[in-house]
Amino acid sequence: MGVEVVVEGLTKSFGKQSIWRDVTLTLPAGEVSVMLGPSGTGKTVFLKSLVGLLKPEKGRVLINGVDMVNSPEREIYETRKLFGLMFQDGALFGSMSLFDNIAFPLREHTRKKESEIRRIVMERIEIVGLLGAEGKLPGEISGGMRKRAGLARALVLDPQIILCDEPDSGLDPVRTAYLSQLLIDLNAQLDATMLIVTHNLDIAATVPDNMGMLFRRELVTFGPREVLLTSEEPVVAQFLDGRREGPIGMSEEKDAATLAAEANTARPVEPRRIVPQLEPSPGLPHRRAVTRRRERVLGMIDQLPPAARTAILRTYADSTATPTAPVPAAGSGA
Amino acid sequence: MIGGALRQTGRLFALAVEVGRAIFRRPFQFREFVEQFWFVAGVTILPAALVSIPFGAVIALQVGSLTRQLGAQSFTGGASVLAVVQQASPLIVALLIAGAGGSAICADLGSRKIREELDAMEVMGVSPVQRLVVPRVLATMGVAVLLNGLVSVVGTLGGYFFNVIMQDGTPAAYLSSFSSLAQPADLYISELKALVFGFIAGIVAAYRGLNPRGGPKGVGDAVNQSVVITFLLLFFVNMVMTVLYLRIVPPKGG
Repeated sequence: MGVEVVVEGLTKSFGKQSIWRDVTLTLPAGEVSVMLGPSGTGKTVFLKSLVGLLKPEKGRVLINGVDMVNSPEREIYETRKLFGLMFQDGALFGSMSLFDNIAFPLREHTRKKESEIRRIVMERIEIVGLLGAEGKLPGEISGGMRKRAGLARALVLDPQIILCDEPDSGLDPVRTAYLSQLLIDLNAQLDATMLIVTHNLDIAATVPDNMGMLFRRELVTFGPREVLLTSEEPVVAQFLDGRREGPIGMSEEKDAATLAAEANTARPVEPRRIVPQLEPSPGLPHRRAVTRRRERVLGMIDQLPPAARTAILRTYADSTATPTAPVPAAGSGA
Repeated sequence: MIGGALRQTGRLFALAVEVGRAIFRRPFQFREFVEQFWFVAGVTILPAALVSIPFGAVIALQVGSLTRQLGAQSFTGGASVLAVVQQASPLIVALLIAGAGGSAICADLGSRKIREELDAMEVMGVSPVQRLVVPRVLATMGVAVLLNGLVSVVGTLGGYFFNVIMQDGTPAAYLSSFSSLAQPADLYISELKALVFGFIAGIVAAYRGLNPRGGPKGVGDAVNQSVVITFLLLFFVNMVMTVLYLRIVPPKGG
C-alpha cells in the first residue's frame, strides 16, 4: 500500500519573490490526487519540494516519519527510493538508450542479474507502449515518447509514491486520454500514492480522488474531488470552465477595475457536471484505494460544503446501483 | 557583491569537502572513473607534449644565456631542469587539464543540470556528486600526476637538446649539474603540485557545471568562468606552495 504524505505549513520563496505560503495538505495513502493551478503558480516547485530537491524556508513534508525538508541528507536519499517522479520533459539521460535509462535505478539500487533487469525493464516498456524503441537515444524520439519513457523509469523500482509533473503537456487529446487511463491502471496495480500536477481539465475531471488548486501564492483548497468540482469559489470556477472572466488574469491576477467591468458583462455560466471517475481497464484488479476513500470521505462528510456533500452521496448511490461507470475501452498501449 | 563572492567561495569549499568524503563512500564508480580518465588523458597528452618541448627550450635558452653572462655556465642544466620540473611542468599540466578536460566536464555537467538529468538522478536516490563528480575529480587528479611526469621528461629533454645543440653547452656539465642542484624533493613537490592542481581543476569545473545560471547560455558562461577561475586559483596556490617549499626544504646547493 502507498504511503501517506503529510505537508505542514510549507512556505517557499526565491529571493524576495514568494512562491506560495503555508501550504498544508495530506495526500491520503494509495489515492490519486491532482494539483491544479494556472501556469506559473509554483506547481513544479511544489513537486520538487516534496522530494526534497528544493528546500522550502518553512514547514515540513513528512513521509514515514522523515521530514524531506530538514532531515539529514542521508535519510532523505533513503526515503527518495520510495518515489517515482515523472519530470515534465522526461529528464532522461541523453547519453543512454531508453533501455539503459529505464534500467538505471535497478542497476544502482539492486543487485539483480542482468536477465532479471531485462525482464523488468521490458515489462515496464510494454506498459507505457514503447516496445521496439528501447534501443533509441532520448534525442531520437518524440516528446510524448520521452514522457512515457520517463514514466517507465519512475515505475521501475515499484515506487510507493508517484509524482507526475504535467503528464499531458505536449500530448494530443487522444494520448492524454490513454495516459489518464494508464495512471488509473497503475494505481490499481501498484496501489501507490499519486500526485499529478497539471492544468489539463480532462485529467482533472476523470482521474483523481482528491483535488487541490494553487493560486495567488497559496493553496486555494484541497480535498475530495467533489469539493473542488462543485466549488463556487471564483478562481476555481473560472479555471474549471476555462473562462477569461474571473480573478485569473493573463499575467497573474486582475485589478479591481477590470473585475468590475467584467461583472457587468458577465455571461450566464452553465452548471458544471461531475463526470464519473475512470475505472481500471478490464482484467485489472479493483483499486483498493476506492474502499479506503469511501470510508474516509463518508467519515468527514459533515464538514464538507453542502454542494460537495450532495455530489458525493449521489456518486456513491450511483456506483452501488451500477457497479461500473462507463469506461472508454483503453488498453495499455498509450 | 562581496557577500555573493564569499558565498560562492563557501559553496566551492563545501563541494570540495563533500567530494572528499564521497570518495570513500561505496560503491565506487569504477567504470565512470576509467571512462573519464581515458577521456581527460586523451584530450591532454598530445597538447601537453607539444607545449612542453618549446617551453623547456625557452627556459633552457633563457637560463643558458643568463648563466653564460654570469660565468656559471656549468649550472645551466640544474637550473633549467629545476625550473621545468618545479614550476613549468605542473602549471602546463594544470592549464591543459583545466582548458581541455575541465571545460568539457563543466559543459557536460552543466547541460545535464539544465536538462534536469541531475535532479532526476537525485530523485532516484543517486547522489550526482558520488556518481558523476567523484570519478571526474579523481580522473583529473590522476591524469595530472601522470601527465606531470611526461611533461617533466619531455621538457627536460627539450631543454637538454637546445642547450647542447644550439648553445654549445657540454653534455657532461649539463648532466652533472643535475645532481649538484636538484634533489628528489623537487620531484615530489612537483607531483604534489600536479595532484593539487588536478583537484582544483576538477572541483571548479564540477562546481560551475553543477550551478549554471539560466539556460544554455548559462552553461556557456559557466564553462568560460570555470576555466578563468581555475587559472586564477592555480597561480595563487602555486605561489603559496612554492613559498612553503622554499621555506621548508633546504636547497641542496646551499
